Amino acid sequence: MTARNPYEVLGVKPEASEEEIRAAYRKLAKKNHPDLNPGNKEAEARFKEIAAAYDIVSDKEKRARFDRGEIDASGAERPEHAYERYRGFAEGAPGERYEFHSAEGMAPEDMDDLFAFFRGARGGAAAGERGGLKLRGADLHFSLTIDFLTSITGARQQLSLTDRTLEVTIPAGVRDGQILRLKGQGARGINGGPNGDALIEIRVAPHPFFRREGDDIHLDLPVTLAEAVLGGKVTVPLPTGSVSMTIPAHSNTGRVLRLKGKGAPRGDGSSGDAFATLKVVLPEGGDPELAKFLRDWAPKHPYDPWRGMT
Amino acid sequence: MIGFDAVLRLIGDLQAEELRRWIAERWVRPESDPQGYVFHEVDVARVRLIRELRYELAIDEEALPVVLGLLDQVYSLRRHLARLHAAIDEQPPELRAALRARLGEEKGGVG
Repeated sequence: MTARNPYEVLGVKPEASEEEIRAAYRKLAKKNHPDLNPGNKEAEARFKEIAAAYDIVSDKEKRARFDRGEIDASGAERPEHAYERYRGFAEGAPGERYEFHSAEGMAPEDMDDLFAFFRGARGGAAAGERGGLKLRGADLHFSLTIDFLTSITGARQQLSLTDRTLEVTIPAGVRDGQILRLKGQGARGINGGPNGDALIEIRVAPHPFFRREGDDIHLDLPVTLAEAVLGGKVTVPLPTGSVSMTIPAHSNTGRVLRLKGKGAPRGDGSSGDAFATLKVVLPEGGDPELAKFLRDWAPKHPYDPWRGMT
Repeated sequence: MIGFDAVLRLIGDLQAEELRRWIAERWVRPESDPQGYVFHEVDVARVRLIRELRYELAIDEEALPVVLGLLDQVYSLRRHLARLHAAIDEQPPELRAALRARLGEEKGGVG
């Protein structure tokens, strides 16, 4: 591989000052120093390239010769470090001389536990634990599709697995995509370790009339022409039961009426709201008397529904 | 294993006084015997590392213990991980498979 131009490697201009070059080198070297990047071969290769480039341009004489074209970028390549780097020792048993102990200062407590586990292991496992590593079983993932009404009211449902049946309690108000965790119902633990959990993703099938938005339920509510013009009491069938609602006189299609607290339960005792969007429906098949009335009807206050659309 | 002066000769460009301070700070921890300090290879490599950190990477003596502390943590973890890895390799295939599955490495198929 031909060596890259050292200025390019360091990301400086050929006319950069010594100070600029030093700063650029330090910045790159800090990022790629092999002892600061254990196990990262790429960083090591990059560091070598950076060190070789710096070796040329940090030396006045070599830099001048390179600039004059007397040596190429690899011409003065620094001989490989003849000694083994710190990490060569630190990764193995010799590194234990510099084992980190929290007494030295900075280990967070959970890290302490982690090290304690290894120290215990080193001291020889207690007799009862010799059987091998105890492991928690894996979590198992399932999905369960329920209908819209069940998602609002909640239910208990069976989920049949190949080897057993899980009883799933679906909380009232569960959302599409929500994940229920059944503790200990996943894969069996290994060597006496605890079982994993069963994670059940709830899918809510869409409903022909109801839509869920957050904790609110939306529906289109068909009303007759008379109800729309004159107002009146109607019964609204909601997932949580039918409620009666008063439609104010002169309610157009598209008017939204709120039924407070009739949405999806939130689990804390409160509930979202239900919103009914009125939809005026004419009599099916037409009504000759209505048609006759409208033909004879000369409104005293004509109106133009297109107003505002032009 | 080499002594104090030999380390200075080997490294070059390092004052005795400075190395003594590093030892006093416990950044380098050679053993001692009646003749003086005894440096293992790992200690020599560590002296080199500290010299590079100090002078090539311009990490000052205030920041150095922080850097070394973090490095020691990283290497401690990596040694422990290596041991864990070796221990897992000795476990029955069923357990290794369960671990692989748990760690999400099953995608590659039979490896």
